[in-house]
Amino acid sequence: MLRAHELRKDFGGLTVLHPTSVEFRPGEVHALMGENGAGKSTLMKILAGLYPPDGGHIEWRGARTDFASPHDALMAGIAMIHQELMPIPDLTVAENITLGSEPCGRFGRIDRRAQLARARKLLDELEADIAPPRLMRTLTVAQTQVVEIAKALGRQADVILMDEPTAALSDHEVGALFRAIARLKARGVAIVYTTHKMDEVFKLADRISVLRDGRLVSTAAANELDPSKLIKLMVGRELADVFPARLAASDEVLLAVEGLTREPAYRDVSFRIRRGEVLALAGLMGAGRTEVVSAIYGLQPASGGQIRLKGRQISIRNPQDALAAGIGMVTEDRKGLGLIPALGVGQNITLTALRDFCHGQILDHTAESAAIAAQLSEFAVKASDPAQPIAQLSGGNQQKALLARCLLGAPDLIILDEPTRGIDIGAKAEIYALIQKLARSGKAILLVSSELPEVLSLAHRIVVLRRGSVAATLDAMTTDQETVLRHAMPL
Amino acid sequence: MLSLDRNLLHRFGLLLVILLVGTALSLSTDTFLGIANFTNVARQVSINGILAVGVTFVLLTGGVDLSLGSVVALSGVACATFAHPGDHSVLVPIAVGLLTGVACGLLNGVLVTRGGVAPFIVTLGMMTIARGLALIFSGGRPVANMSNELTSLAGDLFGIPIPVLCFTGVALAAWFFLRNFRLGRHIYAIGGNEHAARAAGVPVERVKLFAYGLCGLLTGLAGVVLAARITTGQPNAGQAYELDAIAAVVIGGTSLAGGVGTITGTLLGVLLIGVINNGLDLMGVSSYYQAVIKGVIIVGAVWLDRRQARS
Repeated sequence: MLRAHELRKDFGGLTVLHPTSVEFRPGEVHALMGENGAGKSTLMKILAGLYPPDGGHIEWRGARTDFASPHDALMAGIAMIHQELMPIPDLTVAENITLGSEPCGRFGRIDRRAQLARARKLLDELEADIAPPRLMRTLTVAQTQVVEIAKALGRQADVILMDEPTAALSDHEVGALFRAIARLKARGVAIVYTTHKMDEVFKLADRISVLRDGRLVSTAAANELDPSKLIKLMVGRELADVFPARLAASDEVLLAVEGLTREPAYRDVSFRIRRGEVLALAGLMGAGRTEVVSAIYGLQPASGGQIRLKGRQISIRNPQDALAAGIGMVTEDRKGLGLIPALGVGQNITLTALRDFCHGQILDHTAESAAIAAQLSEFAVKASDPAQPIAQLSGGNQQKALLARCLLGAPDLIILDEPTRGIDIGAKAEIYALIQKLARSGKAILLVSSELPEVLSLAHRIVVLRRGSVAATLDAMTTDQETVLRHAMPL
Repeated sequence: MLSLDRNLLHRFGLLLVILLVGTALSLSTDTFLGIANFTNVARQVSINGILAVGVTFVLLTGGVDLSLGSVVALSGVACATFAHPGDHSVLVPIAVGLLTGVACGLLNGVLVTRGGVAPFIVTLGMMTIARGLALIFSGGRPVANMSNELTSLAGDLFGIPIPVLCFTGVALAAWFFLRNFRLGRHIYAIGGNEHAARAAGVPVERVKLFAYGLCGLLTGLAGVVLAARITTGQPNAGQAYELDAIAAVVIGGTSLAGGVGTITGTLLGVLLIGVINNGLDLMGVSSYYQAVIKGVIIVGAVWLDRRQARS
């Protein structure tokens, strides 16, 4: 039905997608797998009319087609769910879902009732409990993602391209999405799917295409592959063990949080982190994990409770206070709270610790360049030039650059909120190794992650949050996934 | 390298447009080409230039300042009031003019940062407030009888008009500042992504306050220079000056969304507008037509530039 024929894409003289031919069939889930920067998103964006190809063409229902814009593709019946969410925050959920295809009465007047009804129906199909009249800006990241999916479903498309749709979803929402996908398959819709989660691929996909460094490595039926074969294809090498060994933590308590409260997000949260320790905050979406660490970093201060650093009570009203106290953070929301898109990678990295490269108020460009070069190589950030705008890098490289920014200031406590979300296995392994290295050097690490294997393998102890309260504190060495989940689930 | 190349291309393109307009004017008039007229152009652009440099800082943070023209008038009136012969040392009226500008700018900044009111609204309010105050303090009449010391600020130093020297000094300092000061980097970061800048430890409120305050200071300077040149404090002076200044900055490649732009670009934008004004005067085009032609050229220049940037 949809065929990529020798599609090629160049960016700034670099070929990011070598001539690639793939066929997508109706009623089939076709997974595109590969590391970040392998060309999956690029291929999808060409198919969705976002990028014009630099070679080859798209074949659609047997005819050669050129999509000049996403609108063209949409009209032809190809819809895309983007990895980066693009909601319009001040419109309602219903308005977002029907955006561009509003049910209209005479003279183009929008039929509000039909609009709400259609939104309701699509959200029901995803088993989502989100009221269509709500303002988009009041939703959580996960709910926003569900709305984006509903929007694509509402297009009545014959092909739906899904670029990491589950990156921000909880298990329940993922289940609902999978059931919706099954219904779409039965209707003969072709699904093109990318994800970094292995279990999803084998649950969903009928066929799997693997891309590596912009080239198609293989296309095979899903039942001919298994996870280790797939990883080998993606990485081009065997991945021995992505999780490095843990070392015992010291006895010195670096940070103690006592009775931290901000209703209704969380209440009476207490825990301690020692030097050399990785402490994980686990819990379901909306359990208050991000809110708690945001309070420690001063992004959204708590209304009650104490934070003690090295035994001394400190007051943190904003990130400047936190940084001055030796607390650094890499936020979950890379685009919103991390990147300065138009600035170069280098200047993004030095932003937080800029004072270290100044004489008084004046910048020492030589010292800054040297630090940038050192960070770029230490964190293996792939950029054509330190001045390359960070927005042009792949997700994994952006994340590594933001880690480099955080660590350049040499904080004692490092808060990592979903540090491996939406990045590939290679970059994940690098970040895991980095976390252990930091712990070994006497730093304390507060890790928020939705991926339980990650939490269990990296952390020393796990604090499980449930609806804003601490449900349990577990020893990561002796516990297992079921135990963590049992504590995390609302009773 | 990509961003660097695009900057070069942009400046080169703008320079080309200026040269083209210049060549056309040289051919169509016999007065355009010559030291005398060039000095004239430089003198004419210096006030818009000082304003444009100031507002570049505000635009880079993602804000805007619509009160420039009115604050120029208010500073001019304030300056002239203290500039009667024999009253004070010449430094007093200058300081009063500059401080008036700073006060207006800081008030804008406080309302934007602490009050959380959109810059467009805050500075729109300041636009009418400052104009009103200028009319109140002057009783609606030009404040005349200024000392020679002050009006001599519009004269020459070593054969170069002092306003031009002011403009050049301001531009050089601003260029150096944005490149080499921590605050300069912070301004770009805030304009690029304010929330991320705050999360990275940038003192967003203070930096914005600085940008509005600096813009106010330069507006005050423009007010003093203008008062010296027209030898009166005119409460009705500076009408729509903010539009020429913002147009120059945007022509120079600064994004209205903030985070992108340079002083060099602003200078070229100021120059382009100055050459067009001068040329239309020399060709004897009526001021009604001048307004239309200028508007078309401003939109056209920015359109060409954005088209180039996309390709």
